[in-house]
Amino acid sequence: MTAPLAIDVRGLTKSFGGTKVVDGFDMQVARGDIYGFLGPNGSGKTTTIRLLCGLLTPDSGAGTCLGYDVLSESEKIKREVGYMTQRFSLYEDLSIRENLEFVASIYGIRRARRTVGETLEKLNLADRAHQLAGTLSGGWKQRLALAAAIMHKPKLLLLDEPTAGVDPKARREFWNEIHDLAAEGLTVLVSTHYMDEAERCHKICYLAYGKLLARGTVEEVIEQSGLCKLKAAPTLEDVFVHLMRDVTDNFAIKKAG
Amino acid sequence: MAGGFSFRRLGAMIRKEFIQMRRDRLTFAMMLGVPVMQLVLFGYAINADPRHLATALFAQDHSAFTRSLVAGIENSTYFDVVAKPETAAEADRLLRNGTVQFAIEIPPNFTRDLERGARPQILLDADATDPSATGHAVTGLQLLAATVFDRDLAGPLTQLKQGPPPVGLVIHRRYNAEGRSQINIVPGLLGVILTMTMIIFTALAMTREVERGTMENLLTMPVRPLEVMVGKILPYIAVGYIQTAVILAAAYWLFSVPMTGNLWLLSAVLLVFVAANLAVGFTFSTLARNQLQAVQMTIFFFLPSILLSGFMFPFRGMPGWAQWIGEVLPITHFLRIVRGILLKGNGFEEIMLDFAAMTAFLLAVSLVALNRYRQTLD
Repeated sequence: MTAPLAIDVRGLTKSFGGTKVVDGFDMQVARGDIYGFLGPNGSGKTTTIRLLCGLLTPDSGAGTCLGYDVLSESEKIKREVGYMTQRFSLYEDLSIRENLEFVASIYGIRRARRTVGETLEKLNLADRAHQLAGTLSGGWKQRLALAAAIMHKPKLLLLDEPTAGVDPKARREFWNEIHDLAAEGLTVLVSTHYMDEAERCHKICYLAYGKLLARGTVEEVIEQSGLCKLKAAPTLEDVFVHLMRDVTDNFAIKKAG
Repeated sequence: MAGGFSFRRLGAMIRKEFIQMRRDRLTFAMMLGVPVMQLVLFGYAINADPRHLATALFAQDHSAFTRSLVAGIENSTYFDVVAKPETAAEADRLLRNGTVQFAIEIPPNFTRDLERGARPQILLDADATDPSATGHAVTGLQLLAATVFDRDLAGPLTQLKQGPPPVGLVIHRRYNAEGRSQINIVPGLLGVILTMTMIIFTALAMTREVERGTMENLLTMPVRPLEVMVGKILPYIAVGYIQTAVILAAAYWLFSVPMTGNLWLLSAVLLVFVAANLAVGFTFSTLARNQLQAVQMTIFFFLPSILLSGFMFPFRGMPGWAQWIGEVLPITHFLRIVRGILLKGNGFEEIMLDFAAMTAFLLAVSLVALNRYRQTLD
């Protein structure tokens, strides 16, 4: 299992009720990378992440995730992927410790108690271990969700807008955590709307209406946009506003034609 | 200021409720479906004066008189002779396993005794576990005995028409001699309470995962559908047994319901019955999109379960189609079993068919439930 790419998919397509939410999507993510996944609301980021971890089956397309076929080996993928959902999806009526112990048992982690203890320490959750998840604030819920996603030592972490609604300090701490995990060799795919977070990624891609508009390092994406000729020192945000203008123009032309 | 009562705000509230009502198609369908179902069930299926009750005729004498008697019995429309056992033991077995509601015994030398004016006695054994099912029929037979031979008693026998009726009728109200309705209803309640609570517990337990978003996390983890289903069901089986213990204790000490049969046999049957209901609940939870819908589906299943199972109204009094629906429901079979074990002292042999029917239901519904459970969010 030493496939050089953590994610290697081509032509992924998924429709809901006749609308193509993801349309011929290609993605290659190298192992150990932090890969930023950007795009406006409804651009297909969540659907793509669900396709990658086997929660949804693609209508067409093929590829591998951690060397496993995304179509036929989703059970194997589930074991080696940690997925943090956009909406908090652990049990609010269980305590932090009970939630983690449940997850540890489902993954069949050996010496579950010790692993849970270590994870609690690692994410500074030990003091609150007996607090019910439902009574936690947004930042602490997100820490708990991250703890649950990494406890089984996944090779790939899928984070769906992990910092939405989290205060700046907690956001910074969270990203330090992500960089620590990546340094240990974990591959991270993270979707976000924050440009400062995008700039902390090794590579990014920009998705809109199910199609890929740009990809590469932050510098490459800015370079490719050609915006440097029009404006001094364009930011990533400028690039995306520019990209979206093109897309909406294209849609308007299509509709008019 | 939000001081006084505002019709404008009231209007906004009402409009919003109607929009939401219209969006939730299933709830809307239930609002119409439940009343229609109640109308049909109460209007057509239920009959407080059951007729055509299955009867075993154990005739030890054959003559023109006994033929008139049988014709009279069948013409009364209360009794349908479905079996002609050769021995008293055979007749008793048919009564115990519920094949027949009545066993009528015509003694040997019936004709001779009748002609001699010795007033021979006909024996009517009634399965009186449900007093309301047998009451009318017993009265009907009493009237019949007085007049059935009027035409046959011609010539020298005419004199027998005077005085007391030419034949006597001995009635045995078996299993519930005093005709106490608690004896029938309290064991039945066991089935009704378990049906209601078991289905709703599981239906809600699963739907809650979907509604709160925890399902997405569960699906991401390497847990198999069967593990989820069995893991959801087992804790509630324990709850079902605790409920049963409470109900049986109350039945015994508060309502003096006899416990004639083997309670271990009852516990074994209970497992299948509870599991069948939990499987129904699990199936509902895979269909319902929220907890309200799950509750409504439970009600939809619960109504026929109390009305068509023989819990409230005599099973045999219902028309064929209603009995057919009743036979599909696990509670119908469970009621026969629990009443059979507690009141009649039935063993496995007598309850075998009902047990098999319940098991078949459990297997069928489990297959549907497992099939419906999605391992993806598609």
